[in-house]
Amino acid sequence: MKVSEMWLREWVNPNIDAAEIGSQLTMAGVELDGIEPVASDFTKVVIGEILSTEKHPDADKLRICQVACGEAEPVQIVCGAPNARTGLKAPLAMIGAKLGTSDGGSFKIKKSKLRGELSFGMLCSAKELGMEDAIDGLLELASDATVGMDIREYLMLEDVVLELDATPNRADCLSIAGIARETGVLTQTEVTEPVITAVAQASDEQFPIEIIATDKCERFVSRVIRNVNVKAQTPLWMVERLRRADIRSLGPIVDVTNYVMIELGSPMHGFDFDKLVGGIKVRNGVEGEPLTLLDGREVKLREDTLVVADHEKALALAGIMGGLDSSVTDETQNIMLECAYFVPEKIMGKSRTYGLHTDASHRFERGVSPDLQEKAIQRATQLIVEICGGDVAAVNDVISNPELLSRDSITLKASDIVRHLGIEVDAARVTDILTRIGCDVSVGSDSWTVVPPVFRFDISIEVDLVEEIARVYGYDKIPSRLRPMTPVIARKLETEVNDDVLRQLLVDEGYREAVTYSFVPSEIELMLNPAHEQIRLANPISEELAIMRSTLWSGLLPALAKNLNRQQSRVRLFEVGLNFVNGESGMKQRKQLAGVITGTRNTEHWDVKPDNVDFFDAKGHVEQLLAQASGSKYHFVAVAHPALHPGQSAQITDGENVVGWVGALHPRLEKKFGISQSVFMFELDLGYVAKKSLAAYEKVSRFPSIRRDLALIVDQAVTASAIENCLNASGIDILQSSRVFDVYEGAGVEDGQKSLALGLIFQDFSRTLEDGDINSSVDEIVQLLEKQTGAVLRQ
Amino acid sequence: MNQLLELMGQAHEEISAAASLVALDEVRVRYMGKKGLLTDQLKQLGQLPPEERREAGQEINKAKKALAEALDLRKESMQEEALNARLQAERVDVSLPGRNAEAGSLHPITQTIKRIEAIFAQLGFETVEGPEIEDDFHNFTALNVPEHHPARAMHDTFYFDDGLLLRTHTSSVQIHTMEDNEPPYRIIAPGRVYRCDSDITHSPMFHQVEGLMVDKDVTFADLKGVLDAFFKAFFEVDELPVRFRASYFPFTEPSAETDIQCVLCSGEGCKVCSHTGWLEVMGCGMVHPEVLKHTGVDPDKYTGFAFGFGVERLAMLRYGIDDLRILFDNDTRVLEQFS
Repeated sequence: MKVSEMWLREWVNPNIDAAEIGSQLTMAGVELDGIEPVASDFTKVVIGEILSTEKHPDADKLRICQVACGEAEPVQIVCGAPNARTGLKAPLAMIGAKLGTSDGGSFKIKKSKLRGELSFGMLCSAKELGMEDAIDGLLELASDATVGMDIREYLMLEDVVLELDATPNRADCLSIAGIARETGVLTQTEVTEPVITAVAQASDEQFPIEIIATDKCERFVSRVIRNVNVKAQTPLWMVERLRRADIRSLGPIVDVTNYVMIELGSPMHGFDFDKLVGGIKVRNGVEGEPLTLLDGREVKLREDTLVVADHEKALALAGIMGGLDSSVTDETQNIMLECAYFVPEKIMGKSRTYGLHTDASHRFERGVSPDLQEKAIQRATQLIVEICGGDVAAVNDVISNPELLSRDSITLKASDIVRHLGIEVDAARVTDILTRIGCDVSVGSDSWTVVPPVFRFDISIEVDLVEEIARVYGYDKIPSRLRPMTPVIARKLETEVNDDVLRQLLVDEGYREAVTYSFVPSEIELMLNPAHEQIRLANPISEELAIMRSTLWSGLLPALAKNLNRQQSRVRLFEVGLNFVNGESGMKQRKQLAGVITGTRNTEHWDVKPDNVDFFDAKGHVEQLLAQASGSKYHFVAVAHPALHPGQSAQITDGENVVGWVGALHPRLEKKFGISQSVFMFELDLGYVAKKSLAAYEKVSRFPSIRRDLALIVDQAVTASAIENCLNASGIDILQSSRVFDVYEGAGVEDGQKSLALGLIFQDFSRTLEDGDINSSVDEIVQLLEKQTGAVLRQ
Repeated sequence: MNQLLELMGQAHEEISAAASLVALDEVRVRYMGKKGLLTDQLKQLGQLPPEERREAGQEINKAKKALAEALDLRKESMQEEALNARLQAERVDVSLPGRNAEAGSLHPITQTIKRIEAIFAQLGFETVEGPEIEDDFHNFTALNVPEHHPARAMHDTFYFDDGLLLRTHTSSVQIHTMEDNEPPYRIIAPGRVYRCDSDITHSPMFHQVEGLMVDKDVTFADLKGVLDAFFKAFFEVDELPVRFRASYFPFTEPSAETDIQCVLCSGEGCKVCSHTGWLEVMGCGMVHPEVLKHTGVDPDKYTGFAFGFGVERLAMLRYGIDDLRILFDNDTRVLEQFS
């Protein structure tokens, strides 16, 4: 909220400057966002009165004005403003005046010639004085303004605006009165309220008021004022104060209700009394009931919405915005002022559901004090009668909750303060703070019985009072204490593999870690995981960020493509994060580790052949990652995946669960991602993989191992794992391990077949093996392989 | 004797003349082998008169020893030469790059989180994680933010049709921890959070670290102590001014915004701190009794503090990053700067 320093000082006038007031408010919870002057830093601008105007002989839009300026002779001014007319009083920048420009610079007014006619100064618009233009043209001053008076003095421009940001719990700070009270508390200065004089009543007239929705509206104060001149001008001082609070002048009745809202904090509304039928009913809306709002929008009401209605129809969205039909217009003669108390939690969020956010709803949702309404009506009456005249009827104060102004007391113990703040606060200071914020305090021994003020919706338990004491006393007065910590040995299981280890492993392989958005475009998910029932945000920022990723590839592949477009040809990226997958047992979010690689296997080097990466690089990295999870045996099974090349795609299982995938990006998708080179990728579910079993020591044999190599011809379809399975099942004790060390297809091998070179390692625990042992085992293996895989020894 | 002298002279000449280790070995065999010339001399000792034998034997053995030494010396020098030649031949340009020298790098956000975790670990804070798609209870209600509360408007929340939402803060992890465990608690919860807001200074996804400490005697002074210590350690500035301003969060009371003196201008005032000399870096406060109650912790027995802050903000300050968006752009030319 914007607060004029001058206005504030009428209420409370501590002996510190605006910046210091702002800084103290900031430390206590009402943050100062900035201090702005109310006008630019101009000089020598006085009140001028246009005595006569004549058309410029050589320019259609210019007029030559004779302007009185408080000196002996009027001055001639050439002016192009549309409202330059005889009798108008407007700011006049004299020769030698310095005016500010919108970019922060300044210029001097000199005698000048406009199309041949001399001009001895400049008549000014509001904008030219660094204020906001209300109309197109010169700033129109009141007819009783003193000609020749300095405009800064006349408009009280030696003022600044403090832009203050009150937190949602402090609705009481959304007014000059509230900020004044807060300033008074912090600076320990007395606060003086302006005197509100009750205007003499002309009649006892009361419009019937009925509160039907008593749970939502607990007080409704109204007053009829007849014979109001709504065409009267709002005085400039009020226009200026409203402007400084960021509110435009819209006519005297609206201006006054806005003024009282800014001053006291209670929103109010003025109805055209002659449009009201029968009486007021404060009730819930009827489903579908139409209402045209002040801003011209038509809304259909709902049953959960509180409305102010008459006996025929809804008139206003209670606490949000008035209706157009019953609003004050130029033809209005009689008005009814209304000021009500709506229960915050009952109207919270309602304005949003209608797409509205108004000064009124902002305050009502946060809580407007229930003791303000009568006062606000009296204040508004006083101001309206001053400006527009009128015959004032009786105040009609309807209260539906007799407990409205009573608050439960809270017992605060001195020990509560120590328990939460870690310090003792002097008892007298505690009493002073609580009293100044408006509480009713009775002091006990080591305790206080406190009745909080009705305007503090945020105070109901001891800790609320502790907070008040802390922030007024000053957070800076609470010491900073590094307490001795009870040692706790964090529970770190050796069998849980920390992500850090896996991340580091990939970093060592030259991968860069990426962080991509968890929400991705639908079409990317559709390409990579077409069968998945997509998880869509109800309110995405854009279609590009609408679907929760079911695979980390959805973010990594576009990131890789983007890097290729930036002239990088070798890219390795990985990411750790959750994926979001719909399954039979509902939505699951599981931590994944995924990587994508493309380009050369090695960085370009003077002595290394620049080979491109292939499936086995990606698989190698996966195997290294899985090696960290030494508890399980993983299988790579050729299974198709929609995102992967059907011939280079492996599902990774631990025998029970699918723990991941590795493969080449499907060539059809390369194009769709705008990639023109092969990409290899993997994704592992860390929930399965990041676990290992404890290492269990096994003896190693003291006897030498012996290796025998076999060259086998097998059908192309026979996989390495088929050979491995066969060997594992052979039951030959002395076969320690085996590995495929060469695969060959081509010349010398028949089509449809391949040559596999197999290394077999034999070892025994009790003796050195002899040729005889080995030969018989090898024979057995060759026969077994032939039987089970059709392998024959290469001749 | 003369014969021996002559033989020795001849042998030394041959040793000097030997051009290779092989040739040198031939010299050794010729003189000292089983049928070598010197060996012959020893064999012929028997033909001398007995009174001369002893002296002559000594002479021959002396000559033999001298010859062996000369052979060794020559061998060593030849080996040395050979090694020198090899070393010369094997010289490389050490300024050429090594093979596969390029390691990758962790994302600056990860690096920042790891650093934060390490600092808090020294104070006994354990790192915990939680789900990103949350229910209303854990993200709002349990944190004392009832439905339609204006405080919810501070969080522009992403929703799903079934009423679930993307967590707007990692404070939700606090709730899970308190539900699942008994106090005392000392945890931090780093992770992704989401707000429906996107411009130059806001990303719809960013990272937060939430912290929680609950015990029988935790006070606001302890909160200040822990955060003071953290910021000084994180920015490696021993005398870093930290200030606490009153603020409002529904889940803490008293609540505070924490400012540190601008680490870029040391409080002199610069663009980054909007010429205030201070940087707002964290929200914190004493855990609201309602939050403790929601998770079954007795607020009459326990007190605690909680804090939460944005990881990107700290990473940007620490590494001099002036554009939030580069953190999610994954440009390898940027990422490699964090190797």
